Amino acid sequence: MKHLRSISELGLEGVSRILQLTENMAEINSRPVPKVPALRGKTIVSLFFEDSTRTRLSFETAAKRLSAETMTFSVSTSSVNKGESLRDTIETITDMGVHAFVVRHKSVGVPWQIAQWTNASIVNAGDGAHQHPTQALVDCYTVREALGTKDLSGIHLTIVGDIKHSRVARSNIQAFSMLGAKITVVAPPTLLPVNVNHWPVTVSSDLDSVLGSTDVLYMLRLQSERMAQGLVPSLHEYSTRFGLDEQRVAKLPSHSVVMHPGPMNRGIEMLIDPSEIPSSLIHRQVSNGVSVRMAVLFDLLSAEELS
Amino acid sequence: MSGPDIARAISRIAHEIVERNHGIEHVVLVGLQRGGTWIADALGERISSIEPNFEVPVGSLDPTMHRDDIGMRPVVAGSVSRIPCDITGATVVLVDDVLYTGRTVRAALEGLNNFGRPRAVQLAVLVDRGHRELPIRPDYVGKNLPTQTTDEVDVSVDGVIVTSTSGTQV
Amino acid sequence: MTIALRGGLVVGLQGVERADVLIDNEVVVKVGANLSGDVTIDAGGCHIFPGFVDLHAHLREPGREDCETIATASRAGAKGGYTALIAMPNTDPAQDSVTVIEFVREQARRAGLLDVFPSGCITLGRKGEALAPLGDLCAAGVRLFTDDGSGVQDPLLMGRAMQYAKSLGVTLAQHCEVSALTQGAVMNECACSSDMGVPGWPSIAEELMVQRDIELSRSTGASVHFLHLSTARSVELVREAKSQGLHITAEVTPHHLSLTEELLTTFDPVYKVNPPLRSMSDIRALKAGLLDGTIDAVATDHAPHARRDKELPLDQAPPGMIGLETALGVLLSAVDLDPMQIAAVMSRNPSRIAQITQTHGRNIVPGDTANLCVVDLDALWYVNPSMLASKSKNTPFVGRQLKGLLRSTMFRGEITVRDGVAQK
Repeated sequence: MKHLRSISELGLEGVSRILQLTENMAEINSRPVPKVPALRGKTIVSLFFEDSTRTRLSFETAAKRLSAETMTFSVSTSSVNKGESLRDTIETITDMGVHAFVVRHKSVGVPWQIAQWTNASIVNAGDGAHQHPTQALVDCYTVREALGTKDLSGIHLTIVGDIKHSRVARSNIQAFSMLGAKITVVAPPTLLPVNVNHWPVTVSSDLDSVLGSTDVLYMLRLQSERMAQGLVPSLHEYSTRFGLDEQRVAKLPSHSVVMHPGPMNRGIEMLIDPSEIPSSLIHRQVSNGVSVRMAVLFDLLSAEELS
Repeated sequence: MSGPDIARAISRIAHEIVERNHGIEHVVLVGLQRGGTWIADALGERISSIEPNFEVPVGSLDPTMHRDDIGMRPVVAGSVSRIPCDITGATVVLVDDVLYTGRTVRAALEGLNNFGRPRAVQLAVLVDRGHRELPIRPDYVGKNLPTQTTDEVDVSVDGVIVTSTSGTQV
Repeated sequence: MTIALRGGLVVGLQGVERADVLIDNEVVVKVGANLSGDVTIDAGGCHIFPGFVDLHAHLREPGREDCETIATASRAGAKGGYTALIAMPNTDPAQDSVTVIEFVREQARRAGLLDVFPSGCITLGRKGEALAPLGDLCAAGVRLFTDDGSGVQDPLLMGRAMQYAKSLGVTLAQHCEVSALTQGAVMNECACSSDMGVPGWPSIAEELMVQRDIELSRSTGASVHFLHLSTARSVELVREAKSQGLHITAEVTPHHLSLTEELLTTFDPVYKVNPPLRSMSDIRALKAGLLDGTIDAVATDHAPHARRDKELPLDQAPPGMIGLETALGVLLSAVDLDPMQIAAVMSRNPSRIAQITQTHGRNIVPGDTANLCVVDLDALWYVNPSMLASKSKNTPFVGRQLKGLLRSTMFRGEITVRDGVAQK
């Protein structure tokens, strides 16, 4: 049974395959009727235990464009709140007949745990601070599209923000380093993971010094709770040292691009409106989301029968 | 069928397309991936030399996403489809190398629906090897070549090779 | 009715000798050659040990009888070769009053499979705010006090508890965990936890409290026992403290001697435990500590959990694994110990620390209470969850080969387990 749960589990071959398939899906999305019967008869269930309009809709649109049946369970409406366990939920839905689960949960490891209770494919839409593999695939695809090349070896990716608590950072660092990019992470030491020195990245706490050599600037959201948790002295200090403002945008080379996985905290990590950044790829990240997720669903479900 | 035979068949089919459609004003050639794209390109060139005043649009279509056997065997997407113009009201000539069960053509017909509503769809193939499973018939045929279901048929610019599954060339 | 254990190797205080043991009416009456009794237990190829003593077991009653009761835990203990268990006090209500202590003892007496010696809380309700009635509990027979499940965070309170304990002649056992450093922790703080994006339990959260309590013991003279040590530096600290003559003892669990932090990358909560599984170098230091006497005892930290609780996501699942029935098997597959060492760490030392040497962890000579177990030290076996006596089955050792199998257990001269089968 195939799953898409982490970039490391997917591997370089899988990443390349999905990015290639995304081109086919992007073409389908450009047709007057952007719908193909490829996954007709397949049922895809979204289980979102954490709120997310954007990712959830992106997956649902992807499933529908491939003619799959979709069902959505979001935690506020499901019986999980009434004490039904995760296992019960998975087994009940499996009994009804499902080919794939798309799961987002605030606890790390849920996509692996639930695999033992179902024979459906599992797609990880975000598990705690661990992985968000489809976001990384979207980001890789968007960068290739923007820079006009499939070869990302040697390009310099700078990720700024709360790396320690970011599943987007973990997935992106794995994906981009697999594709040969050079990665720098910029954050205060309290927002870096314990083991960052063994990651395939360079560490810096001086954002201004790395901007000049950055090809792709990736801003992460800083949750306002981090100040209450004592991880940063104040949000103001964070913005001053790590926020993206006009002056910092001006320091970027002319060919470079700016990205953000959304949603944004304006006034914290984003001190300039993205619409004023010509090199911003944030809209492309969103629009490519559907194509990438179609590629993921097609890759997982097109060669398997529900057993 | 040898290399020169193929070239002659393409030339003949090109003429037939022009004749049947009374000119090529509304004609669009769409090669089916993967085997039909080079033939569509070749037909396009041949037609240009017959009717030098018109450039017939040539596109390609990957019918993979529209197949009816997805889930029964591994599926590999082809290259990205490219339809160079609006096909609504046009006469689309689907081009493929081998016509066999007809399922690829059926998938392609469905795929065309995503792009618009053609006035008519015609089918040109270099080889018709029989064993149809659907009511699909070609409008232009290079050669009718009866085969066994156990045979494999390969078409290239150098010719047609039929191989029986025991490996010997027929 | 007399019982003869025939053909075994008796592990006495002085050494191991080939002898038969005759038991009558709760005591050993004879140790020698060719003894016979009304009932015979064939101990051929096996060693006869003083019954094992577990310093650290969670019996869950009162409060969580759905995952274990004193009766089922007693049966599990007997099947593991235990004749005495120290019951941890994090029950509901907690073991901070004489009533609860007596309830636990009575339940154990009813089950009649082994002795349960309830530990008392150090603080009321284990809240870490006010001292529990240590004097009353001591008068009711309690000799070991702990807030296990949690450590006592306040150094002033801990110091006071030690002063009290010293005057009463009891031992305080500490679950060393500075809770401010372990908020939300799921596993050891290490490369894996970093990659997984989960909060980790850093080693210093244990070591800081070990160090603190060593100093408090130094200044008060109290006896302190460190529960479930798990890091190399903790072992170093205890070694140094002992060399300075301080009244410090320590225990280690079988799982901390055999399982590492990487197992958490399976995301299976069966591996989640407090303190967490650590690194290979920690394991090496713990083994060395056990072999050189720095660590006095092996204790199970038997922690039953309902299946649905261990099926929760990793961060929500409660920590802990059962261990009474697999303790010996895991220990011997991880560490090479000779029979005298096994007797020391599984029975004699814990008995001394728990102050129950009147009846447990004794020599095997005429006149001594017959609390014994018969073990095949070389037997290789696998855990079958359905055969476990414990009500809960949260053990990570299913499918792993264990070495050392309990054959029979005698409690006060009565056969509680015979050929691996519990007799009641």
